[in-house]
Amino acid sequence: MPSIQMTNVTKRFKDIQALDRVSLNIQNGEYVCILGPTGSGKTTLLRLIAGLTSPDSGKLTIDERPVDTLEPEDRGVAYVPQQYALFPHLTVLENVAFSPLARGHGRSEAYETARKVLRMVKLASREGALPHELSGGMQQRVALARGIASGASLLLLDEPLGALDARLRMELRIELRRMMKNLSLTVIHVTHDQEEAMTIADTIVVLKDGTVQQIGSPFHIYQDPTSIFVANFVGGSNFLPGVVAKTERAASIVELSEGIRIRVVDRSYHRGESVIVTVRREATTLTSHANAKENGVPARVKNVSFLGSFVEYGAVLDNRETVISKIPTSLVADSRLPFEIDDRVFVIMNPEDCKLFSSPPLGLANDLETF
Amino acid sequence: MPHVTVRDVSKRYPGLTALDHVSLDVYDGEYVSIIGPSGCGKTTLLRCIAGIIEPDEGEISVDGRPLIGVPPEERNIGYVFQDYALFPHMNVKENASYGPRVKGFSNRRIRNIANETLEMVKLSERSEARPNELSGGAKQKLGLARAIGSAPSLLLLDEPLGSLDASVRLNLRVELRRLAKELGLTAIHVTHDQEEAMSISDRLVIMRSGSVVEVGKPQDLYLNPQKIFTANFLGEANFLRGTVTTTANEGMTLDVQGERLEIPWRDIPKDVIVAIRPQFVQVSKPEKAPEGWGGRIVDKAFLGDATRFELELDNGLKVTARMPWLGQDVELDVGDETITKFQKDKILTFPHPTGGLESELSTG
Repeated sequence: MPSIQMTNVTKRFKDIQALDRVSLNIQNGEYVCILGPTGSGKTTLLRLIAGLTSPDSGKLTIDERPVDTLEPEDRGVAYVPQQYALFPHLTVLENVAFSPLARGHGRSEAYETARKVLRMVKLASREGALPHELSGGMQQRVALARGIASGASLLLLDEPLGALDARLRMELRIELRRMMKNLSLTVIHVTHDQEEAMTIADTIVVLKDGTVQQIGSPFHIYQDPTSIFVANFVGGSNFLPGVVAKTERAASIVELSEGIRIRVVDRSYHRGESVIVTVRREATTLTSHANAKENGVPARVKNVSFLGSFVEYGAVLDNRETVISKIPTSLVADSRLPFEIDDRVFVIMNPEDCKLFSSPPLGLANDLETF
Repeated sequence: MPHVTVRDVSKRYPGLTALDHVSLDVYDGEYVSIIGPSGCGKTTLLRCIAGIIEPDEGEISVDGRPLIGVPPEERNIGYVFQDYALFPHMNVKENASYGPRVKGFSNRRIRNIANETLEMVKLSERSEARPNELSGGAKQKLGLARAIGSAPSLLLLDEPLGSLDASVRLNLRVELRRLAKELGLTAIHVTHDQEEAMSISDRLVIMRSGSVVEVGKPQDLYLNPQKIFTANFLGEANFLRGTVTTTANEGMTLDVQGERLEIPWRDIPKDVIVAIRPQFVQVSKPEKAPEGWGGRIVDKAFLGDATRFELELDNGLKVTARMPWLGQDVELDVGDETITKFQKDKILTFPHPTGGLESELSTG
């Protein structure tokens, strides 16, 4: 029954600080996603837990035992790397049955386990195929099946859905979570895809430049991001620079350039301070008439794109800042989109949905960079 | 006048029909995406249009003439690859100069074009860097700069965002469309990503097993698909078997596994497949909605811009619902009794497929 504790774990490779004082607790049975852009240290973190590399400093324990005192076979860990190393001369079934056989299970039992897991990853019909006969996505699912069949109670998955088509990835996300929960496994899953992390995880760890930016449930991270980076990287947001012009009993009035004023239910900053107003794209809407109470700001529609569940509008304010607004398709009658390019509109940003951050010292663009 | 014309094109490989009588028109200045599951023939079609692969049958012309046999430097095409295909020994500026150089332009013109294209993709500050010093997103911007540097009228993009981080993909896809439109290019973009295709394209071409399933504007194909495969592939949908029980002047009633479903009148056979996208399924507590189908929540996932529910209805049906973000947590939890309704104007119906529903839905 694995639980994992990391305290101040640091790891350097030559001139790269891969991980910088990372502290993390993972409970038994938890599904954790490590989320971050390329180069943020996600894979290094996973390899440390797998025991494939060791920290320069800091403490890492699995079930309260330091990881370096555990023999690999005693860790109960299955590591599924991004470059899935399948045995090329073994069939899909043999690949998946390999680990149960190696652990001394009888042939029929091992094959039964393998078949069960292959059904889970929707590959039962290809059990006789050799790896090279399969697509990249299928090979990835075989690797995942092999990890599950190994009987490990802790599964470390590095971009397990990365090689799949968008469509299959979406289906398997939900499937993967269900599978792991049914098997009561503890899972640490590395991904750069925030939507994937939101869908699957109990807990998300957001990493950037080797440091933990925020840890929390998907709801918590989305609803209450503690930095501009997280607000942008997870879920996306609008960011409008301004200055606090006035504070009231329950709200602040922020003045953007060109005298545009926005009411925000957030009193964390003083009058005169430079701030960034953030508001989620799906929390904004466009209308053809104004309502001052809801921060109706005049704008012109610059672009429209249809995303399926949402219609996304880019609206340019009079100060040339763009607000992106996502309107649920359920509000679209027939297939006529409510606004067209160049339409004059008002952007509605409900004061309760707006939040303030301190203006970043190195500039907003620096905090929004995701490479 | 169509810019690219594909007429009855077939391409066979041993044991595989990659393209099976494909016809397609892409108009001047249009941004078209070809989308389908792996192995549907989308990349083969793009390569046929580029003149890299010769079809076994049929004709393809770009601006009224076929490209087969035309030397690469005389083709008016820019090609963007998934894996960038940059020249590793050349710096950013040299890579960007390659297209105009092959065209035989003067040094001055080459320099101007390289400066301009790098400016367009916002890479001017990195002009001395080597490709391996660039992030994935920057590499593909360079791939794009190089492709447009040869002043093409047609831009072909083969999974151009496929190797990039999700967040970079979102930014770059906006750039792709913007550049193509600013330069007045005709663009054909191959992808397996539905949202990417819908968000940037004027029209989509849905492919499956070497054939074109459906062609249309993103919102038309999404909201009013003519084929079950399109309804399923282009975003999710719940598919339920139904039977028409009564027909009145304006509406009709279906029986869906013992539950009644009212829909606006349409010309359909008795046995149908009802499809409804999760975001058009409305879920509420029984006290708030007197009429609808009873059931309960078996799974809930918060997705950010929406919350996803898996429902088990009293008649045994399993239905997925997606409720848009409401500013706070939705007051519905696993185990709660619910009433489910379908948004009336978003209910799709299809004739029951003769080969069975499963084979229509298969995206493998």
